Amino acid sequence: MTRRPLIRYALRAASLAAALGVWQLLTSLKVDLWLRFSQFPTVTDVARAFGDRLSGDDYWTDLTDSLTRILTGFALAAVLGVATGVLVARSRLAEDLLGPVLEVVRPIPAIALVPVAILLFPSNEQGIVFITCTAAFFPVLVSTRHAVRALTPVWEEAVRTMGGGRLRILRSVVLPGALPGIFGGLSVGIGVSWICVISAEMISGQYGVGYRTWQDYTVVNYPGVFVGMVTIGVLGWITSTAVELAGRRLTRWLPRTSYIPAGRPRTPRPLAGARPDGEPEQQAQSEQQGQDHTEEARDEHLV
Amino acid sequence: MSTSSETVTAPAAPAPEGVRGTRLAFRSAVLGRPDAPVLSGVDLEVAPGEILTVVGPSGCGKSTLLRTLAGLLPPLGGTAEVDDSPLTGPSADRALVFQEDALLPWRSLRGNVELPLAIRGVSRAERRSRAESWLARVGLSEQAGQLPHRVSGGQRQRAQLARALADSPRAVLMDEPFGALDAQTRSGMQDLLVEVLRGTGATVVFVTHDVDEALFLGDRVALLGSGRVSAVREVPRPRDRAAFDDPARVALRRAVLSSLGS
Repeated sequence: MTRRPLIRYALRAASLAAALGVWQLLTSLKVDLWLRFSQFPTVTDVARAFGDRLSGDDYWTDLTDSLTRILTGFALAAVLGVATGVLVARSRLAEDLLGPVLEVVRPIPAIALVPVAILLFPSNEQGIVFITCTAAFFPVLVSTRHAVRALTPVWEEAVRTMGGGRLRILRSVVLPGALPGIFGGLSVGIGVSWICVISAEMISGQYGVGYRTWQDYTVVNYPGVFVGMVTIGVLGWITSTAVELAGRRLTRWLPRTSYIPAGRPRTPRPLAGARPDGEPEQQAQSEQQGQDHTEEARDEHLV
Repeated sequence: MSTSSETVTAPAAPAPEGVRGTRLAFRSAVLGRPDAPVLSGVDLEVAPGEILTVVGPSGCGKSTLLRTLAGLLPPLGGTAEVDDSPLTGPSADRALVFQEDALLPWRSLRGNVELPLAIRGVSRAERRSRAESWLARVGLSEQAGQLPHRVSGGQRQRAQLARALADSPRAVLMDEPFGALDAQTRSGMQDLLVEVLRGTGATVVFVTHDVDEALFLGDRVALLGSGRVSAVREVPRPRDRAAFDDPARVALRRAVLSSLGS
């Protein structure tokens, strides 16, 4: 029961270790075969730079700045995206009024909105939040709209014949029923948000992981650049895992997990740190649901 | 199901006989979706407390008729009436039981049975006890906390029945509720239905494609075919298993089958 997942965690850790090992080999041997690794910082260089950064204040300021920006933008996008998605899916008038505008704005990459953000908002900070929010808004909107349209009509009819009105249908049928789809959109959204918050910080930020990474590049501090990348990767993984776990918890009623989260693939190393808060509750819950399900739930947790 | 003793104390039981059910009627009604009428010239009256079964080949408009009575579809012509006033929309007074799974999959069976009570604004404690009592009545006490997909199809339909009856509706509209069940489960469900309806006084319209089911349950049986209600027949000795080989019943059965076949 517990052996198989352990083996899988070990495999995942081994895969990451192997990648680091190859990196270390290629860079310390200064391999130059078309791809040039001679200028590349080694894993140990990066680790040392990381250690230095961790002890300084700037690193933590950057981290909290970036996190504040992305969480604000993403939360706004989640609320606005779900609200607009439901509205457009449920009301023909809203679809006619909002649909064309949304379809025209949607293909514009959020990062291309930097000039707009600079014109619109008094501070860079708000502009970055705006860009992050716009980036996550559309995946959430689109998946909410599809999920609401795909709801089984019988559910709504059942509630109507119990005398339920529009609000009751929204609360008891539309939102819970669309939740699996909404979380699909949120998973995509959080990934896109990271791309945009980092890019926006590179262009117009003061502080922030993206800003720092770009600064390091301009002063030819390559280990610093890699520290930035690793930071982005880990933060991105943590936030998308949080979204995914929240989604799993809220859609536990799904007969079988037909929903494949679209977040970043997990790497096993940080997983070891995240397990204590994520795992026990999941396990307790699935044990409650019976033996065969336990295995299923654990497997699904790993994927 | 050891629930017969609870039947007496069940919440919906204290009902003045005969006056609880609604009178449902169609007057030269045309029924169907706006672009596709399937039934025309429908004149049909269902007396309060009566069980009317509706049989017909698939696609003949049985479900359309029921959905119109539920208020989900407006009649395209003529009128549909409830207690002699025109039917305007869905109401908690007329519960609908669906053929397939209409339980909300994210709510436990108990949560599903509580839903109509919650919509009516019944207090939490009251809803809990009424739901538990109805679940006990349909033999689902042990499964009350389960999600719908964790129980069998028959149990889901029993939960739907409990949900439909929980708020003591005055009419129960049933759309092939046992259609997806195997023969044995189905006859058990029919007996259960008869038992739980007893004392509620509710008017029942029960749609099925199974002639034997229609003849067992119905006080009267309405036959649908070629876009209209072709006949309404009284059923001798309804809800009596022993009446299966009653000559009058056998003759009616033959007549119904041959009219459906033609």
